[in-house]
Parts: sequence; C-alpha cells; structure tokens
Amino acid sequence: MTRVHDMGGRFGDGPVTPEPENVKFHADWHPRALALTLACGSLGLWNIDVSRHAREGLAPKDYARFAYYEKWIAALADLLVETGALTADELAAGQAQADSPLAKKMLKAEAVAGVLARGGPADRPSNVAPRFAVGDRVRLRAHPENVTVPGGHTRLPAYAAGSQASIVRMHGSHVLPDSNAHHLGEAPEPLYAVALRAADIWAHPEHPDDEVILDVWDSYLEPA
Amino acid sequence: MPHDHSDHDHPHSLLPSDPALRVKALETILTQKGLVDPAALDEIIDTYENRIGPRNGAEVVARAWSDPEFKAGLLENADPLLAELGFYGRQGEHMVVVENTDDVHNMVVCTLCSCYPWPLLGIPPGWYKSDAYRARAVREPRKVLAEFGVTLPEGCAVRVWDSTAEVRYLVLPQRPKDTDGLDASALADLVSRDSMIGCGLAGAS
Repeated sequence: MTRVHDMGGRFGDGPVTPEPENVKFHADWHPRALALTLACGSLGLWNIDVSRHAREGLAPKDYARFAYYEKWIAALADLLVETGALTADELAAGQAQADSPLAKKMLKAEAVAGVLARGGPADRPSNVAPRFAVGDRVRLRAHPENVTVPGGHTRLPAYAAGSQASIVRMHGSHVLPDSNAHHLGEAPEPLYAVALRAADIWAHPEHPDDEVILDVWDSYLEPA
Repeated sequence: MPHDHSDHDHPHSLLPSDPALRVKALETILTQKGLVDPAALDEIIDTYENRIGPRNGAEVVARAWSDPEFKAGLLENADPLLAELGFYGRQGEHMVVVENTDDVHNMVVCTLCSCYPWPLLGIPPGWYKSDAYRARAVREPRKVLAEFGVTLPEGCAVRVWDSTAEVRYLVLPQRPKDTDGLDASALADLVSRDSMIGCGLAGAS
C-alpha cells in the first residue's frame, strides 16, 4: 500500500496550468513558510528525509486539501513538537512558554548565504559494491513500501514497483532515504538511474518509444 | 522495530486553521524562543525572490550552445563546471544535464514531492508542484506538453525523468535555428524556464 503523496500516473487531476516566469509565490505567507522551514532545518533536529516523511505522513485528507506550503508548515509544526523544540501547549497558546537550549543553533541572517551555498550533498562512501552496470536489465522491488519500517518512507513510486528496467546511469553511492528518514543511519548504497518503457508500466502508453527514468538505490533492485 | 509516529498525533491541528495565521503563529513562537531570526527569513526570501532563478540556468544553456567543450563536459559531469560558475548549492548538489535532440525530448518531474534544481532555476513554479503535473507527466507527457503549446514530431521519443533521489535534472533544450550571430546574452534570452524543465522549447515565446 502507498501513501497519498505517491501520485505518479493517477487519473482525474485535470489540466496543468502554465504560469509566467516572474510569478514566484501566490500569497505573502508562502515565502514565509518556505523560509521558516529552511531556517528550522539549521537547528539540526532532522534531515531532509525526515522532513519529507513528515509531509507524506500528514493524514490523507489533510494532504489532499492543504495547499503546497500548508503541507510544509503543518509538517514543520509536527516535527518541532515531535523533536521537543516546541511543546503542544506552546502551539495551542501561540506563545513561547520557556527558553530553548537550541537557541544557540539559530540561523542568523549573515549565515544564510553560506548555508544555502553549501547545500547538503547526499553522496557518501559506501561499503556496498554496485551489483549492476549500465545496460544491465533489472526488476524493481514489487512493493512500493519501506521494507524495514511498516508505513515508513521510501522513494520507490507505486507506478514503477515490480517493473522491468535498464540501468542507464550510475550516480555513485547516496544516503538511503528509507533508513535516514527514520533516524536509522544514512546506510549509503549505490544509486542508479533506470529506464522503464512506458509500454511496460501503462495500459495506454502514448508512444512506443517513450520512457520514464527514475533514480533507485541498489536495494530497490533485483536482477531481471 | 522503530515505530512510525506519523499516522497519528498531529500537533499542527493546534495552530489556527487559516494558513496565513498559522505561519504567523509559528514564526511568533519560534522567534520568542530564539529559534528563528526574522532577519534570516527575510534574507532567505530575498535570495529566492531576487537572486537565484532561471536566468542562472539560461546562462548555462547559452554557454553550452556556443562552447562545444563546455557542453561535452556539462553532459559528462556537470557539477564541477556548475560550481565554477557559482551555481552550486542547496537542491543542486548533484546535477545531471540531459540534452534534447531531434530523436529524444527530455522532461523533468518529481512525482513524490517537488524536487527541482534550485541553484539553476530557483523555486519551482506552482504548476510543477501541482497534483496534475505530478500525476500526469509520467503517464501522458505528450498531453501535458500540448497544454504548454508543445507538439513533438512523430518520430521523437519522450524521456521523463522522475526526480526520486537527491540528483537534480536540467534539460538542455535544442538551440533554435537561425541564431548563429547571437551573443551569449541574446542566446540566454531565448531560454525559458519551462524549456529547461522540458515543458517548453527554446525560442518559443
């Protein structure tokens, strides 16, 4: 079973609406929500996989009705309470009720440029040797689920699960989100780009030569 | 066995339901606790509203069109070249550039969330983050392209890149015909944001 965020291939969403390049945000609180989320990341209480999982873990009815940045702010509030940075009472009161030992980690304005420029690379040395090479035929894991944590985070979309694929690119070794999202360690593994034939994953492919390519970790794969 | 906490206990429901008030309330509490500096928020917003955006990517594309050696390096291993240009950073740590040709049209999506190459294109547009694009780009890319006014030749395959890891993809669009005499700045003007996501063609206005 999948979560609500895993929507690749879903029917019924209607048209895509292009918009001009100079439109950055659609309400004043959108950039504020973005900036709050980035700033809180500097407190060091979670990693990018934890924060993605927090958004995906919103109740399906909330995920579906919330606008994009509403998901961010809801997940941020949840994470801040879950990690003890804020209390539920403080959220309910709308007021701080105690100082925080984390204040020394607060992102200062003068540090912003450096933090954004440094980013957060995900490549790591790994003791897992790549089992596959470019051109190899593989099969993706049958279940688009976290195999260790029931209902946990994974980056294998449902539309791709169980499909045959070909390795088209090696990305080196990267942090495994299925582990890192649950504070179980970075567990780096080889990461590959794999190509799926549209005709293998859709009942009504638009064109016989079309492909979908996605990035998958070694443990998502078995030899075809 | 670690427990998955996220199916219950949703503290966010304690905040006001109106999203603007929600953000305001959270900023207020975090500022009072010394966990957030409002000036840092202003700085982040200014960065993505005014300094980092798709003109960065357009500069890279224009250079690739006019410098074969740069283009070859970009397609082979983009990161060192982009870092030299100052376009490394958050959400662009591992870049792959994919080239459109007469035979293959590339298009980028993130079906699971909204992954996007920030240092080259800025914050993703609303449509990139929409359910409709995330759901449909992988299954019916040609219908989606038609909604952007793009129709591909019959013999051209579509390759949709779903950004499921921390690798970020940039499409190198085809150089429009009859642009031989143009300098880098004029070439960059032909490169739309959408063409670098693969939802437009360069030179189309």
